[in-house]
Amino acid sequence: MDVGLNIPFWILSAVILISGFMVVTLKNIFHCALFLVLCLFSVAGIFLLLNAEFLAAAQVLIYVGAVAILMIFAIMLTSQIASKKISQTNENRIVGFFVCLVFALSAIILISNTKVWRYTDQALPSDNILNLGGTLMTDFVLPFEVVSILLLAAMIGAIVLARKERP
Amino acid sequence: MFHYLVLAAILFSIGLYGVLTRRNIIGILMSLELMFNAANINFVTFNRYIISEGLTGQIFALFVIVVAAAEAVVGLALVLLIYRNWQGIKTDYVNVMKW
Repeated sequence: MDVGLNIPFWILSAVILISGFMVVTLKNIFHCALFLVLCLFSVAGIFLLLNAEFLAAAQVLIYVGAVAILMIFAIMLTSQIASKKISQTNENRIVGFFVCLVFALSAIILISNTKVWRYTDQALPSDNILNLGGTLMTDFVLPFEVVSILLLAAMIGAIVLARKERP
Repeated sequence: MFHYLVLAAILFSIGLYGVLTRRNIIGILMSLELMFNAANINFVTFNRYIISEGLTGQIFALFVIVVAAAEAVVGLALVLLIYRNWQGIKTDYVNVMKW
């Protein structure tokens, strides 16, 4: 990796890690949602660095545009929790911290000890959106359709669950 | 490649910490989104740095995004339902199987 690629990577990863940490530790759940937006946006930047332009756009549209707004709506509709000065964490804090520390360290050790199979440093071709669409419509057409059914089911399920009156 | 994988591992651990320690269901859902994103970074990294014919990693990341969106929709509908029934969404409240 040359230096020109490194500097955006370090900035983006610092933003991701700091805002991710804010998401899990801040007391005010609304601020957490805003930091989640920042974190997801920086992940889109990471996708751009990895030559996945379509995924970056989809990340911004779906996560930042839809999922985060949905979260903020849910927070506002359940307004009681946003203002109270109650503890937002349960009593597992110490144990959870050590579990995550052990997990992160073991993952990093594993990653650094693994010999990567068929590694390449060449960038993906710049027309890979074309390939992405082609593959999605040929090799992956069945999962594509199944996922659309899943979205329909999720939509209907959410409507049924959140409806006020039961017939 | 190493840097991206380490970033994803740390992000996943942060999300895991959130899932383990949050008391609020919306907080748990947000931490879950962090974990999904860590997995996506891994998929795209492997797709970028390992020689292969297609773009399978990116397509799987796309499916992960879609499934995460569906999960968020259903999860937040459940949150609203729980809020309506229990007047609060701390996970400690939801300790009965039947009302």
